[in-house]
Amino acid sequence: MTTDPVLAVDDLKMHYVTQAGVVRAVDGVSFSVERGQSLGLVGESGCGKSSIAMTLLKLLPDNARLVAGSIALNGIDLVPLSEDEMRPHRWDRISMVFQAAMNSLDPVYRVGDQIVEALEAHSSSAGRDAMERVRELFDLVSLDPSYILRYPHEYSGGMRQRAIIAMALACEPDIIIADEPTTALDVIVQDHILREMQTIQHSLEMSMIYISHDMAVIAEVCDVVGVMYAGKLVEFGPTADVYARPIHPYTRALMSAFPSVRGEKHELVTLPGEPPNLLDPPGGCAFNPRCAYATDECRTTAPPIVKRGDQWAACWNPSDE
Amino acid sequence: MSEATNNTQAIPAATSRLLLRAIDLSKRFPLSSGWWDRNPSFVHAVDGVSFDLMAGETLGIVGESGCGKTTTGRMLVRLAEPTEGQVLFENESGDLEDIAHLKGQPLKDFRRRAQMVFQDPYESMNPRRTIFDTVAEPLQVQKIGDHAERLERVSETLGLVGLTPPSSFLFRFPHELSGGQRQRVAIARALVMNPSFVVADEPTSMLDISIRTGIMQLMGELADRLGISYLYITHDLAVARYMCSRIAVMYLGKIVEMGETEEVLQNPVHPYTKALLSAVPVPDPEATRDPIDIKGSVSVPVDPLPRCRFYDRCPIADNFCRDNDHPPLQDKGSGRLAACYKA
Repeated sequence: MTTDPVLAVDDLKMHYVTQAGVVRAVDGVSFSVERGQSLGLVGESGCGKSSIAMTLLKLLPDNARLVAGSIALNGIDLVPLSEDEMRPHRWDRISMVFQAAMNSLDPVYRVGDQIVEALEAHSSSAGRDAMERVRELFDLVSLDPSYILRYPHEYSGGMRQRAIIAMALACEPDIIIADEPTTALDVIVQDHILREMQTIQHSLEMSMIYISHDMAVIAEVCDVVGVMYAGKLVEFGPTADVYARPIHPYTRALMSAFPSVRGEKHELVTLPGEPPNLLDPPGGCAFNPRCAYATDECRTTAPPIVKRGDQWAACWNPSDE
Repeated sequence: MSEATNNTQAIPAATSRLLLRAIDLSKRFPLSSGWWDRNPSFVHAVDGVSFDLMAGETLGIVGESGCGKTTTGRMLVRLAEPTEGQVLFENESGDLEDIAHLKGQPLKDFRRRAQMVFQDPYESMNPRRTIFDTVAEPLQVQKIGDHAERLERVSETLGLVGLTPPSSFLFRFPHELSGGQRQRVAIARALVMNPSFVVADEPTSMLDISIRTGIMQLMGELADRLGISYLYITHDLAVARYMCSRIAVMYLGKIVEMGETEEVLQNPVHPYTKALLSAVPVPDPEATRDPIDIKGSVSVPVDPLPRCRFYDRCPIADNFCRDNDHPPLQDKGSGRLAACYKA
């Protein structure tokens, strides 16, 4: 914690206003990312991990309300910025690799032209310079330069994802948010792409936020991990510590429910119940209805933060292992 | 109860009664550019696949997208017609019968005994029909029981898949249920006819981890209790490890390796299986993996050349692999089958 973090998020709250009520998708989340560090946000569907990504970029739908908190990118708070003020930061300093690579490219434009468009909108390079930059980017993500002038439908799923990554890298951002970057891909392609993203990240000294439901992917690529449940971070810390000695019962449940192809074939333990409805989350700790250790306190009062080294969890009955 | 997920022990070493035999199954889809196209190309989706399935056994078919695993499953329950080859299935009187020629009552019997669970519980159900209607539909089609009997049978099956109390689910609609609950309904729909064989096509891949384990456990328990055999189709080797006693690894329409699950995963023989396994991330930050040395990605098997399907990507292939036909599945010791000249 000696250097200033690239990104510091403090008590971020983003709610969706729906006809059925207010959905607290991001409900008081704080974390920071250092230069060159990769943070993983892991959780199940509906826990708010993608909502965090959209909030950090301030790409929010009309019914979303940024209720509270700050997002300091290189020391500048993005929250109060207007759309016009936000534009120089988005894509130039903070960019994103989206989940559905199939839908992130416009099918009627050539891929190279789409990247040029992004470059021209955000930097002074135009025309031939921009095309030169596209060639560099294709090289960086191991795409054949002969594909620059081809259309997205001529690309395979893995190639499209590489093109999306190239686009996110176009303006040399300080931090990239990758939302399930390899979820739709086969394992061998996933492996290639994750390794390349890591190499690029290290060579450019970029910071990354990986968002995934896959504990194994996060384990491989992230230095630090945050476990999300019902719009909140429930555990946070260095990946090795969190995986080896999880504090929060939810983290432990995720670990013991996750099958692995290697190592001892441990028994898979089923977590009872279903993730909560964020329209009306349970009182106290949102995990209490599914938690084997829940006590009366858990049902009524928000849990305290328990620390162990650089790792912390929000829990009344933490594991003392 | 929870040992059901440790399936290598949980599934009885079968009664070694043969339930289903696939012989040289092939499915080719024409890529025709019109009626004037005299030499249309074909996608060889499944190409000469053979295996046996014992009663009470769970056989996994694993592979990447486009390897032909779903097409294989569909042919086994006669949702797709094989271009070549046969599926033999045990009939009511215990004899193996070619399902291709079944008609009338024998076909209905087959439909009752062989069922399928699909991947996406959001797409595989009619949103305008209640859970009761959805689960009772096979009974209706087969004209089994009157309304009261169907109601009882459906309630019983919903209880079996853990949707309790059944009365609170019977008259709800799919949109009122969560993904995990829907997948339980899909399983109930397959089980309501007391099948002896179920093709499960990625039944858990759309579900969250905490929900997925429950469905895997349920399917394992049902196999034990009801003696059901599964063909379990999945891209996830870790899930196959927990569900299947044996697995077959497919690549471009061919089975390239087949054997006891744990054996194949711990000690793969075929270079493709090796690559696939070393590409799977492990939920342990301390773990290291061998880098994989295969290039490119899966292509589409359109009019494949008469050579090993894996030749283009194989790290150990040589001219022999290029000049000879795709290798046959051969015993590589202790019952392990692999299709490779070099392994």
